[in-house]
Amino acid sequence: MMNVVFVIAYLVLAPFIGGLLDGVDRIISARMQRRKGPGLLQPFYDLGKLFSKEMIAVNNVQLLLNLSYLVILMIAGSMLFAGADLLMVLFILSTADMFLIMAASSDSSPYANMGASREMLQMMAYEPLTLLVAVGFYLTTGSFHVGDIIREPVSAVAWMPGLLVGFMFTTAIKFRKSPFDLSTSHHAHQEMVKGITTEMSGTTLAIMNIAEYYEMVLLFGIFFLFFVNSTWWSWIVAFVICGVIFFLETLWDNVSARVKWKTLLYSCWSVTLVAGGVNILILMLVK
Amino acid sequence: MSKVSKSPWLLHYDASSCNGCDIEVLDCLTPKYDIERFGIINTGDPFQADILLITGGVNSQTESVVKQIYSQMPEPKVVVAVGICACTGGVFKECYNIKGGIDTVIPVDVYVPGCAARPESIIDGVVKALQILDEKQTALRQNGGDS
Repeated sequence: MMNVVFVIAYLVLAPFIGGLLDGVDRIISARMQRRKGPGLLQPFYDLGKLFSKEMIAVNNVQLLLNLSYLVILMIAGSMLFAGADLLMVLFILSTADMFLIMAASSDSSPYANMGASREMLQMMAYEPLTLLVAVGFYLTTGSFHVGDIIREPVSAVAWMPGLLVGFMFTTAIKFRKSPFDLSTSHHAHQEMVKGITTEMSGTTLAIMNIAEYYEMVLLFGIFFLFFVNSTWWSWIVAFVICGVIFFLETLWDNVSARVKWKTLLYSCWSVTLVAGGVNILILMLVK
Repeated sequence: MSKVSKSPWLLHYDASSCNGCDIEVLDCLTPKYDIERFGIINTGDPFQADILLITGGVNSQTESVVKQIYSQMPEPKVVVAVGICACTGGVFKECYNIKGGIDTVIPVDVYVPGCAARPESIIDGVVKALQILDEKQTALRQNGGDS
């Protein structure tokens, strides 16, 4: 019964939470740059505007592919919040991203196509660590099931701090934060217009944005798993730490410049090997 | 329904400007003027833009580009001509390669004079353009159709 409540709450609230987080992110970024910044509800005004704009369809599959991206992300998130298999959630998450890549490759813009190939490169960069995180949870708790992981007496982070650091490093890619916002960026003016979203406008872009909000909440759900255990107060601690992680990602976004693709790949794989690999090795020896 | 003026995304194009007005346009983004407080984003993508900000007069090379950018922007949209060259052609008006102001090629909604236009007057011009943007949105809805 609780699972159903969680899934419905996720499906209904995730776009709002994601939008609010985006609004907070823009305000914090503005304050870091000594600006006033937009209002908290700006992301919702943006969405409303995008839905009201004239529909320009560059082809007849892009909207459908973007909708698939949204729906598959919703499925992945629902599985996480239903307490299902974490490994499956991560696989479905990658499938969703493939639809975004297809949506971007479907149009004729060279910028969008370049964005699509960079998005694939980003997947190559973060995917190994994401899988190691799932393996880490299995080694720590003896189960891939989210339902079992949250019922452990000790928080998983006690056994997998390296994986947490690695996951924080690679989720900057997923959040499209600098220095890893290669395929598209929240910030204007980059070397390839808007990357994967170059030919998306109006409703198509709004759907992509909503999907990103679902993804954001999903990723914070995984961060949550690191800290939560069978005690009630661990939920509060997990909430607070997720907030801190969110702030750190915003800070990192503002203090770093975009890197080249080779730096992205090598740095992510190095972190995966050092932080993730060593953590897994120790887990295998100790547990 | 939400108003388009709550989240106007801006596209900036230099038709043949001396870069004086362009620097003033970018100046609007700096902490001192901070146009993001109006929800304005300076995007580089005509597909996602609501306001087209053009500096400099149109010459024979940029004419087709201006037309293409304008046609790629989804309705409702407004055009702001920034600087005297974009308004009328300015001191380059008589040049053999200059067609004149932006309105010789595409319809312009707001004219912001100045050489170079001050950031304050650019912001004033954009805010005026927002009202026109809302009027256009209402007109589009009243005319029906799938806008």
